[in-house]
Amino acid sequence: MSTDTRTLVARRRPRTSRIINGQPLPHPVARVVKGVLLVLVCALVVVPFLGIFATSVAPAEQLARENGFVLWPESFQLEAYRSILTGGVVSRALVISAGVTVVGTALSLFATTLMAYALARPATVGRAPVLTLLLLSMLFAPGMIPTYLIVKQIGLLDSLWALILPSMLSAFNVIVVRSFFQNIPAELIDSAKIDGASEWQIFRMISLPLSKAVLAVIGLFYAVQYWNAFFNALLYLNDSSLWPLQMVLRTYVVNGTNLSPADLGPAEILPPQPALQMAILVISFLPIVCVYPFLQKHFTKGVLTGAVKG
Amino acid sequence: MNVALTPPRQRKPARKPAGEPTSDAPVAPASGRPRRGLGFRLRQNWPLTLFLVPGTLVLLTFHYVPLGGNVIAFKDYLPFLGIGGSEWVGWDNFRILFNGDPAFLNALKNTLVITLVQTIFVFPAPIALALLLNSLVSERLKRVVQTIVYLPHFLSWVIVVAIFQQFLGGSGMLNNWLRSNGNDALSIIGNPDAFISLITSQVMWKDTGWATILFLAVLSTIPNELYEAASMDGASRTRQIWHITLPGMRGIIILLLILKIGDSLTVGFEQILLQQAAVGLHTSEVLDTYVYNNGVIGGNWGVSAAVGLAKGVVSVLLVLLANRIAHIFGEDGVYRREH
Repeated sequence: MSTDTRTLVARRRPRTSRIINGQPLPHPVARVVKGVLLVLVCALVVVPFLGIFATSVAPAEQLARENGFVLWPESFQLEAYRSILTGGVVSRALVISAGVTVVGTALSLFATTLMAYALARPATVGRAPVLTLLLLSMLFAPGMIPTYLIVKQIGLLDSLWALILPSMLSAFNVIVVRSFFQNIPAELIDSAKIDGASEWQIFRMISLPLSKAVLAVIGLFYAVQYWNAFFNALLYLNDSSLWPLQMVLRTYVVNGTNLSPADLGPAEILPPQPALQMAILVISFLPIVCVYPFLQKHFTKGVLTGAVKG
Repeated sequence: MNVALTPPRQRKPARKPAGEPTSDAPVAPASGRPRRGLGFRLRQNWPLTLFLVPGTLVLLTFHYVPLGGNVIAFKDYLPFLGIGGSEWVGWDNFRILFNGDPAFLNALKNTLVITLVQTIFVFPAPIALALLLNSLVSERLKRVVQTIVYLPHFLSWVIVVAIFQQFLGGSGMLNNWLRSNGNDALSIIGNPDAFISLITSQVMWKDTGWATILFLAVLSTIPNELYEAASMDGASRTRQIWHITLPGMRGIIILLLILKIGDSLTVGFEQILLQQAAVGLHTSEVLDTYVYNNGVIGGNWGVSAAVGLAKGVVSVLLVLLANRIAHIFGEDGVYRREH
């Protein structure tokens, strides 16, 4: 990708002053229309986030006056955050979600990269059959009922491992990482072998460091998958004390169950329900909104390699 | 349990090499080259082969064993008897498909209608947005817009549904505004007639931006010389889109359409499940929610598994069929044509 953009930039010598990227500049009217469209598209995404954040920090009087949803807060009240974060169901769910995300992402990356590395090396025994199994798994999905019954038979019901193990390995991600490992020059690996490096050392000290960009993207995809896990929790966790954030979000925000003081941390006054609900919503998307812009520049690599090779 | 594991019965050096690297020495002289080669390769490369183990175990346990667990579609599954102990009933469970159970037919109909509507409205949206982004002269503006429009893809369906409720629900922003201006409130959330439009717009909001990523990547591979030559010949930007840009996207559009056809029996499961209670099953039941409601909730394990299995098989057939059609039209499709 990056080489492409570089050549693109290099070719941008102005032949005629009005030609850019080989095309004449757009007509002024077209530029205005495009500008309006772009602003509209971006507003459709940004305004909901602003509204939700504004509602979560708005004072009680304003919420009552404007029927529970505001776009611009008159003042900042952090009461709602304080009461959901100092104990109660939301705090517990937050800890569970964070734990599942960290452990799950680590295990996923471990299994994915190891497998991708072995599948990228021609010397691996059993490489062809495992690769076939992996590729076929993308075509044949096992189905909800048998998966549920197997997870139940293994004894993972009402265990947080049920949120991790069944979705631990994405065949697509293995293929993406493998194609990255395959692009590492064989001479590099051979010379390391001659110097006496073990496979584990080559993997740790050559292959992984050279693939940081794709690992960041794959890691983000796995982390988002665990953080957003909703259906697996609904399916496998009957015990509501194990619920991750998405289940809490469904109960109190989508289904509109009111949060009682017992569900919250100690507070003198109960903050208004809309503020509490929107504060839960903000907490559940904040980590994603914060992390993802830093990884965005690598997205094309991660997505495109898989699409081309898979 | 062991359905997927039966083949390696005779000899399985491929997966457990670490224990005794010397144990296959007696096998070596038995017959011919390939076997001795395998033992030798295994001794030489056991760490590499060991690397395959964690991933393969997960793949077998949570993919291939459940895939074999589909046998319960041919059984009268009872939880206390387990998968192995339940009685075989042949094709009985599939009767619900053949005899046209109204609830099943309704789910099938809803699924197909939603797929059709979403193919018409959701599929072209990212193409249009990608063309718009691609026509921007400023790379920086393009980058900023991309950052914003990719974001909703990373939100869970629970969050997306909650956001839509806040804006379009009975006491949401839109209705508050309508009421304060003296208009009647619109019933959008929880209105069966608006359900398909609602879920379609949710899908568009969530994934249109993200879906442009593939199109933009393909667009960046179109050689600039084509545009330069066309500009020299006096072609306007619009004509260049028609004669250069769109033909350049043909392959990826066909590829995505094939994948879409293979997915046509799968429509937003989590999304619909979350909103099902508000609109009722008649408008919102689709095949996946039918399997969930009937199986996990209703306890009709065998029948639900049969529906799930039939759905899986038909989906695979659809992909293969669509791919064949793509080959007839001279496109690559999902996998390359074999020569």
